Amino acid sequence: MTHKNAVLTWRLMRVWRRDWLVNKRSWHINFLVPLLEPLLYVASFGIGFRLLIPEIVYQGQVMPYLNFMAPAIIATNIMYTAFFENAFSSFVRMYYQKTYDAIMATPLSVEEVVAGEIVWGATKSLMAAAVMMAALSLFGLIHYPGGLGILPVAFLGGLGFGATAMVCTGVVKHIDMFNLPIFLLITPMYLFSGTFFPLDNLPGWAQTVAWCLPLTHLVALTRGLAFGTLPTLQAFISIAYLVIFAVLVFPIALIVMRRRLIK
Amino acid sequence: MADSAIKTINRRIKVSYPIIEAADVRKTYGAFTAVDGVSFSVTHGELFGILGPNGAGKTSTIRMIYGYSPLSGGSLRVFGSDIESAWRTIRAKLGVCHQENNLDTEMSVRQNLEVFAGFFGMPRREAAESATRLLDFFGLTHKESAQVNELSGGMMRRLVIARALINNPELLILDEPTTGLDPQTRHQLWDKLAQLKQSGVTILLTTHYMEEAARLCDRLIIIDHGRILVEGHPRELIERFGGETLEDVFLILTGRELRD
Repeated sequence: MTHKNAVLTWRLMRVWRRDWLVNKRSWHINFLVPLLEPLLYVASFGIGFRLLIPEIVYQGQVMPYLNFMAPAIIATNIMYTAFFENAFSSFVRMYYQKTYDAIMATPLSVEEVVAGEIVWGATKSLMAAAVMMAALSLFGLIHYPGGLGILPVAFLGGLGFGATAMVCTGVVKHIDMFNLPIFLLITPMYLFSGTFFPLDNLPGWAQTVAWCLPLTHLVALTRGLAFGTLPTLQAFISIAYLVIFAVLVFPIALIVMRRRLIK
Repeated sequence: MADSAIKTINRRIKVSYPIIEAADVRKTYGAFTAVDGVSFSVTHGELFGILGPNGAGKTSTIRMIYGYSPLSGGSLRVFGSDIESAWRTIRAKLGVCHQENNLDTEMSVRQNLEVFAGFFGMPRREAAESATRLLDFFGLTHKESAQVNELSGGMMRRLVIARALINNPELLILDEPTTGLDPQTRHQLWDKLAQLKQSGVTILLTTHYMEEAARLCDRLIIIDHGRILVEGHPRELIERFGGETLEDVFLILTGRELRD
């Protein structure tokens, strides 16, 4: 049943602006995390693993493990940033602060509120990726100008993961229930999407499963852009996958949230 | 600046159509009927009350008036337009003060007002000016940079009402505005509402404080179990039903059992 006020317009940016202003206050935290995280990874994986895994073979090329790992750090951070923003932050706004209730007495539809939040989550992913790239570039781990392509990819990936989180927000009964998608989806993806080891190490069926998951494509794209080895056919497939991922989950998020908020 | 002056002048011009016109409005949640054929109209500039015990259907009715909940039946016109289709233009001209203090705890007092103005598409300068005026009107100027969590209950409530006025609405909807407040704050708010009414704002108020209703309302309806029991002027209802206060009338009509 579609209601006459189920519409989505550019007015979603009014909600985006609210999130932007709120986050501006805690910019130092938002800035520090994506800055320090790659530095920590560089320290542990670069120095610590250097003796264990001096080199790794990826797509026929030999490279230090750190070089292989670094772009994946950006990709996983894109996922976590968008997901956590649209899961925990949005849930707190909706359920505890009842901020959405107040906004829906204004000329904004549910869809515009939810879309504004998702686009903000993707924006946060984009900003985090930019900071991480800056940090990793200090160690020569990102090639340019190809590396700049990571930014739009970050936004695209952020939309998909943010929308996924928003679907969870529309469904969970209390905040602890987020542990379920995090444990069943996010953490397995974090470990097995070609992040820490190349997928060719896995048996065939496992590789097929991995390539069905969004983070795998995000990691592959980020890596290709960081290495400057694009464009390839694989890259186009991954971009298409991420676009379809976002386009599919976004409206589901809007529908689920409408069902939750409007009785 | 001129824009808000024009709006203020416009408010005082009496319009011929009812500000709210509810005709046989129904709301059901599954098998439960919350609002069961409610009809009333609110004219320009009046302070109209909806009284009822808990679970009577007051909030459900309010939620339909500002287009949040879809109607299950009947028709509802606000500012002369159907709420289901003209919800955006209607919401632009009204302000809602909810029962809960749903302020934005991540922002300061002033930011709450200015950002909320942004949801209406108000230009930044106009929003800032409106915020300044409202902070002054509600005595919150000294707290404009404070975090919402630092405010007392009374101040929070004043801020919620101030926020409901940020867009210079023609209709102000208040859902139990003074519940839980001390007498001083309550009286202060009543004064402010009287001032607003003077300036031409139509006010719709729900409450279960009889003194509040008797004091403020031009007309009111008493609802229970989703139906209107009576409609009239407070004084006239007291005369009609006996008892000394509106509370007596209320208890006569709604009974004395405990409510959910």
